[in-house]
Parts: sequence; structure tokens; C-alpha cells
Amino acid sequence: MSGAYTFVVTTFPFLWQGLMITLAVSGAVVVISLVTGSLAGIGLAYGPWWIRLPLRIFSDVLRGTPLLVVIFTIYYLLPFAGLNLQPMPSVVLALVAFKTAHVGEITRGALQSIAPGQTDAAKAIGLTFAQRMTTVILPLATRRFLPPWINSVTDTVKGSALVSLVGIVDLMLAAQQVIGRTYEPMPVYLLTAGIYFVINYSLSLASRRLEARYAYIRE
Amino acid sequence: MADPLVAIRGVRKSFGTTLVLDGVDLDVPKGEVVVIIGPSGSGKTTLLRCINALETYDEGSIAVDGVEVGFREGPQASRKRRSDRELSKIRADIGMVFQLFNLFPHLTAAENVMLGLTKVLGLPRPEAREKALHWLGRVGLSHKVDSLPGQMSGGQQQRVGIARAVAMDPKVLLLDEITSALDPELVGEVLSVVRGLANDGMTMIVVTHEMTFARDVGSRLVFMDHGRKVAEGPPGEILRNSGNERLRTFLSRIEFKQD
Repeated sequence: MSGAYTFVVTTFPFLWQGLMITLAVSGAVVVISLVTGSLAGIGLAYGPWWIRLPLRIFSDVLRGTPLLVVIFTIYYLLPFAGLNLQPMPSVVLALVAFKTAHVGEITRGALQSIAPGQTDAAKAIGLTFAQRMTTVILPLATRRFLPPWINSVTDTVKGSALVSLVGIVDLMLAAQQVIGRTYEPMPVYLLTAGIYFVINYSLSLASRRLEARYAYIRE
Repeated sequence: MADPLVAIRGVRKSFGTTLVLDGVDLDVPKGEVVVIIGPSGSGKTTLLRCINALETYDEGSIAVDGVEVGFREGPQASRKRRSDRELSKIRADIGMVFQLFNLFPHLTAAENVMLGLTKVLGLPRPEAREKALHWLGRVGLSHKVDSLPGQMSGGQQQRVGIARAVAMDPKVLLLDEITSALDPELVGEVLSVVRGLANDGMTMIVVTHEMTFARDVGSRLVFMDHGRKVAEGPPGEILRNSGNERLRTFLSRIEFKQD
């Protein structure tokens, strides 16, 4: 066991910086896409056709495309459009666009799962659209939104590994660099997989606690 | 007759190719309880939902206290639908109680009643709570004010629904088959609350299948069929089926306790 312990202790510092990049990229994407995706979802659920149509096309195209293709498209095609982004902003943009589409659909689904009678009742007491959203619909929809959204967050953490393909040294690329020096792929990949698992499993646990907080609502 | 509180003129509405309201006229003076009966699909619920603009109507006019509900004032041909903000203002004066209660499941009984009071009428919370407790007391739920809807029986939930609507001090109260989803033994407690409101002079438009109740609280009965008002008159007269063929058929099909 001491051999394994020594291995982890000597390898981990090299992975640390990559891990920080992975967390930073994932965190930024999760936060930004939560805002953009929620707005997209509200637009998809309640917008007039000229809002729904472009959102629908955006969402269907991005959800129908592999994340890797989205990353490469934005990374290699944007310069032709006159936009020269550094690799980091470029991949964050790609991941945000991809996640916005997914979070938008999760939001739309959660909103539309709320019984129409709730909207009727909220309208009948004279609440405006914004008031209906903040006091009735969003609190109820949050409960439906959380489980699939946490799923999507863990997907983001895993998907962020693809940023290594445009040369950003995240956890994945850091691991490959270590392998390049030690020629020991198996233990390094196992350790890396373990780190990803710890991040995502903590998220799942947090999600369960959050869901339990909403369990009191019975419809 | 003075200007009626609710004036419905020639209202027509279609869902796709199905005509659900085919030129309905109805006047409801202040303090009257108008009960609408009729077979399912006759348009009674749709008419009720048009009165507080939960449904739009294609033609005609519905005015509550002189204000056209669904459209901005203007010539018929060019009239525009009202904005969300305008509708909210109009709806604040019109109470509605629903067949399936539609209580907000994440809010307690008191919070359900308080929501409109604080957000729409702008009452401070303590005052809103006081008003909510008053109305929950009126409907016999003083012991349930801090319960969530999921912890209440159907009859209790519906009484909260009534308190929520009445606390807003509406000009008119719309009741949409409010006992249809209740167990038979819970119907009485809800109807007695409505009787109390009628005695207080609340103007109500009631869609119901409870004929005994219709006769007891209704100042006027309206029979609808195929999107039209077929008969209208004092309850006793209507329920003695005043020679109208379709009304006779309808009344013969429903259970009606002659007590």
C-alpha cells in the first residue's frame, strides 16, 4: 500500500493545477448557463413565436451536436468571423452555449410540468406575469428542475475534460502530461477518474439534500 | 334596472372549429346570485372563464362594473386585447374558485390567502395575515391556518380557495363547479360557506350540478346548451321545467332531490 500512497502523494501536486482549471471552467459554465438557460427556458415556455422560434432552433441544433464538435466549431470557425478568442474564452463560450440549450430544455420541462390550474389561480387573484413566476411557478418548478439540472452539472464537469483538446491544461491534460513523464498510464488514469468521481459524487449528495428540502410540497 | 354589475352581450367563442359560445347575453345585477346549469360541453365553464379573462372571447362584449374585460375600449373591428398588466388589474376585482381548488401547494392556508393581499393589493404582511385569519375563520378553518394544502381534506382546501378569493374583496365571485371534485360528505360544508356569502349580498355567478343548492341560493337560474342561453328565470320556475324541450331532457337526466 505504501507504494500506492507514495504514488498519489508525488503525482497529485502535478494534477492540482489541472484540477483547479477543471473546477474553474466547470464552475463558470454552470453559473453562466444557469442564468442563460433559465431565461431560454422561460422564453421557450411562455415567449411569443418570434422568441420561441430562434430559441427552438438554437436548442435543437446544439443538443443535436456532440460537445466536441461544438468546441472545435467555435474554436476554429470564430476567427473566420473576425473573432479571435483565446482558447479559454473560446471553450467556455462553447460549453456555455451547449449547456444553455440543455438547461433551457430542463427549465422549459419543469415549467410546463406545473399544473395549468396554478397559473389560473395566480391570474385570478390578479398577479402579473412576473409575480406569477416569482411567487408561484418558479418555486414549484424548482423542485422539478433540480434533479435533471444536477445531472447536467455533473455532465458539465465531465464534459469539461474536452477542453484539453484545444491545449488547455485541465485535470485531463495534466494527467496526460504526468503519464508522458512516468509512462504509467493505468495508475494515473485511475487517480484522475477517482478525482472526477469525488467531485460528481459530492454534487449528487448535495442534490439529494436539496431535493429533500422540497419534499414537503405535495400536489 | 340599474346598470348591471356584469353585462355580457353577444359573446361568441370557438376552440378551433368548435363553437363553444354562440352569442350569449347575460346581465348580473349587484347582489344577485346567478346559477348556470346545463349539460357538459354546453359552454358554462368557458363563459365563466371569459368573465375574468382566463379565456379570450372572439366576439361580443363582457363588462364588469362598466369595464370591458378582454379588450381595450374601442370600435369592435379594431379592438386590441388587453395587456397582462391591465388584465391583472381587472382580475383583482373578480374572484374565482375552481373545481380542483388550485391552492398553491408550497404555501400554507394563510399564505395562500395572503399572496394576493400583499402582492396585488399591497397590504403590509401583518395586516394581510390578520385579514387572512379573519376569512379563514369565516370558512371555519381557524385551526388550519398554518397547514399546507397537502395536509387538508378536499372540503377544507376548497374553503381555503373560497377565502383566498373573497379576501380580495371582489366585486363579483365566480364559482366553477366547486363541489364536483369533493367526496359527497364534504359538499355540505363548502356549500354552507357559499350560502353565507350569498346572505351577505355577494354578487356571484355559479356553475354547478347541485340542483338543490341552485334552487336554494340562486336568485336566477340560467340553462345553457350548445353555447347558448336556452332558458332563464327564477329557480323554481326553471326547475319545474317551463316547457322547454332541452331543459326538460336535461332535468330528467340529473338526480334532483325534491325535498
